[in-house]
Amino acid sequence: MMSINHFLIFTTLLFLIGLYGALSRRNMIGILMSIEIMLNAVNLNFIFFSRFLDVPAETAQVFAIFVIVLAAATAAVGLAIVLQIYRNQKTIYTDEIDLLKW
Amino acid sequence: MNSFAPLVSVVQYVLMFIVLGAAIVTVSIGNLFRAAIFLAFTLLGVAGLYFFLHADFIAAMQILIYVGAIMTLVIFAVMLTGKMQDPLVAQSNRQKIPAFIILCGVSAFLIPTILKAPWRTLATPHATTAANLGRALMGEFVFPFEIVSLVLLVALIGAIATARSDE
Repeated sequence: MMSINHFLIFTTLLFLIGLYGALSRRNMIGILMSIEIMLNAVNLNFIFFSRFLDVPAETAQVFAIFVIVLAAATAAVGLAIVLQIYRNQKTIYTDEIDLLKW
Repeated sequence: MNSFAPLVSVVQYVLMFIVLGAAIVTVSIGNLFRAAIFLAFTLLGVAGLYFFLHADFIAAMQILIYVGAIMTLVIFAVMLTGKMQDPLVAQSNRQKIPAFIILCGVSAFLIPTILKAPWRTLATPHATTAANLGRALMGEFVFPFEIVSLVLLVALIGAIATARSDE
């Protein structure tokens, strides 16, 4: 059985890798992919706590299902917005889309 | 525990390293299509870790929804914006080093907290079945379940309305 500290540090590192991608990518699709990595790290934590800590297993797994559903909704809406911006602005680089910047 | 326990532990650690490596490639590689492929490997590795944590239903959902549906969406979006994937254009902004400093700060705060926290682990780990999960969704969590299905419906209608062309 693996140690709880090792697993929690692993999910922390996975979350931070996703955060790094979200902060440093220029491409909007790349940012969305980094957000998916972050959501996965959080989900892994939920499932891990449900197995080894004093939380009912169903509760944590239901939360994980909700997170997966909301991630799917985020991906659908986010990629639709990306496609529409690409159609209108001919770019999906975040530093070139400055319509709202005064 | 049976005699396979050390082997299972080794496989788990190998899987964790594969997930971390694939995630690092995903956020750092220049070619976005390759990043999407490595994201698929990351998500598959996470699904494998769910199997080791005895969350079979979540692992199946992970493969179906993430690797099946979301990855298809992402690859479609990458291909539809093909002109943006020019390898000569920088794929990361100038915030690389500030981002890295922020990460170091956050991990310097989080990792000691994890190590110091007094986790009270169970003697016998929890496990549940898909049937119990379904009962929880239809019983205790029926209201959030309905809300989340409404959110999904609204998001899908919104995605269609946003993505269609105006003429």
